[in-house]
Amino acid sequence: MRTPLSTASPRTGTAPALRTPARFGDLVAAEWIKIRSLRSTPWTLALTTLFVIGCAVVAAVADVRELAHPAPGARPPQGFLPFTAFPPAGCLTLVLVAGGVGAVSLTGEYGSGLIRTTTVAVPARGAVVLAKAVVLAALWTVLGAVVATGSFFASQAVLDGQHAGVGFTHPGVARALVAATLVAPVAALTGLGLGALIRHGGATVAAVAFTLLMLPTMLSSGTRWSADLRNAMVTTAWGRLAQNWDTSGTLGYPPTVAGSWAVYLLWPLVSVAVAVLLVRRRDV
Amino acid sequence: MTRTGAPGRLDTVIEVNELSKRFGARTAVDRLSFTVRPGEVTGFLGPNGAGKSTTMRLILGLDAPTGGTATVSGVPFHRHPRGLRHVGALLDATQVHGGRTATAHLSALARSNGLPQRRVAQVLAEVGLAEAARRRIGGFSLGMKQRLGIAAALLGDPPVLLFDEPVNGMDPEGVRWVRGLFRSLAAEGRTVLLSSHLMAEMEHTADQLVVIGRGRLVAAEPVRSFAARGTRSAVLVRTPQADRLAPLLTAAGAAVVPQTPADAGAGAAGALLVTGLPVERIGALALEHRVLLHELAARPASLEEAFMELTADRVEYPSGGPR
Repeated sequence: MRTPLSTASPRTGTAPALRTPARFGDLVAAEWIKIRSLRSTPWTLALTTLFVIGCAVVAAVADVRELAHPAPGARPPQGFLPFTAFPPAGCLTLVLVAGGVGAVSLTGEYGSGLIRTTTVAVPARGAVVLAKAVVLAALWTVLGAVVATGSFFASQAVLDGQHAGVGFTHPGVARALVAATLVAPVAALTGLGLGALIRHGGATVAAVAFTLLMLPTMLSSGTRWSADLRNAMVTTAWGRLAQNWDTSGTLGYPPTVAGSWAVYLLWPLVSVAVAVLLVRRRDV
Repeated sequence: MTRTGAPGRLDTVIEVNELSKRFGARTAVDRLSFTVRPGEVTGFLGPNGAGKSTTMRLILGLDAPTGGTATVSGVPFHRHPRGLRHVGALLDATQVHGGRTATAHLSALARSNGLPQRRVAQVLAEVGLAEAARRRIGGFSLGMKQRLGIAAALLGDPPVLLFDEPVNGMDPEGVRWVRGLFRSLAAEGRTVLLSSHLMAEMEHTADQLVVIGRGRLVAAEPVRSFAARGTRSAVLVRTPQADRLAPLLTAAGAAVVPQTPADAGAGAAGALLVTGLPVERIGALALEHRVLLHELAARPASLEEAFMELTADRVEYPSGGPR
């Protein structure tokens, strides 16, 4: 027995169509249902959180050992200690997973063909991409914040064993926390953009790993053009903001704080814009 | 915008006008024009690769046409910000994420269009998947996925429905159910376009036919008048001496197609499908040459034969004038 949406008897079907509300919030809610309903999502988030915080704890334990048994002649790395909370291993992992999940949120739909069903349901394709971007940004900002504060408190708890822990208000810590948090949504949205560009899942994840993780290590800060490129990379910006570099004695062209924030802003902005344009223009 | 029927009611026709789509050097759809009207099931027929799916994608705005237009109720479908209340479509039932449950898949679709969550349980019950609502789609059979795709098409209670090969993978009970569903959707005044390469399926379901071959229109007319085009009726001959009879029939000017058991059912070894000779002449030839016959049955021209004839003869020169 069919159960019509409207109770009005014999259906011409056109009446409900005229009342269709087109709320962007509904698209965001729909994308959230899609992410939430995948079995892999909670596992991915939980394992990433544990691994990144674990990296911070391991780094702090290494610092504690060094403080307890300093190598002869070595100066204890006092100024850097608070930033042990954000070791590169943790950041690179977070960037890889967030970028991968961001990519798959779009390439997964292309791979399975679900994108066609989605597009028939919502012909406004650009709005779908924006809704995906909103959900990814929100999800990874929350997860980034959990991971960053977790890393910080866990590592400071370990450092407290040598009375070297510091609080939130220590100079540079607030900026480091924000930078360590936001690197996750920046990577997720970059993954979304690369996903729109490449559309193939495996190739996109490889591209995410290459652009976000490998490319910066291939560039040096010695020559001007290479340094400019390097400073425009997400992980370089993260390093500048989250690790409190002392740039006074550095050779070459180190990144600036303002420039690094601009990198954090431009990568996701350009990525989402590219994704919207490509998805709107191409055949599904 | 065109209006028909009761005054003040928007006409829910699909109008395809000089529609073309080229992929590189290949022309998938070539200046195709036809109209699909409400209240009837329109069958969309063509051999594999004829351009049926591409045409449906063009109607749904998934692909941009190289030339021409396709409109639903007078508007290109992609202009609607949300689609489910306007058009329901099942393009390929396997295009789902296997990791989600049926309920989650439909809930996301319903939510994106601002449809109430209760619609999900309603359409799942309607297609007979209520029991499987909480199961992951990855474990569904193709027939179940077809039902899920039909459920998705029905979510928004749309006036226009498109189904691309919906019967594939369904069991006989499912085929019977889905035929009834299409008929009742049309009886409710909806516009139903149904593609298939199975001509027999259309005989039982469709009122109107749009037939294409190599991207061009071959015919657009009621099923009855299309079937009547099959001028050459066929004769089924079953004989243990097929190897003797076949050359005799061919020599007499007939076209002989040996039937595989799949074509003619079990125990059909030695069955021949003969066209171009009347049944009396075949019987006389067999008697004359002392060939033993087990079966000699004239078969009325079917939709399938009409289709084969038309697409074989006419595909390069689409019909426009009288035959």
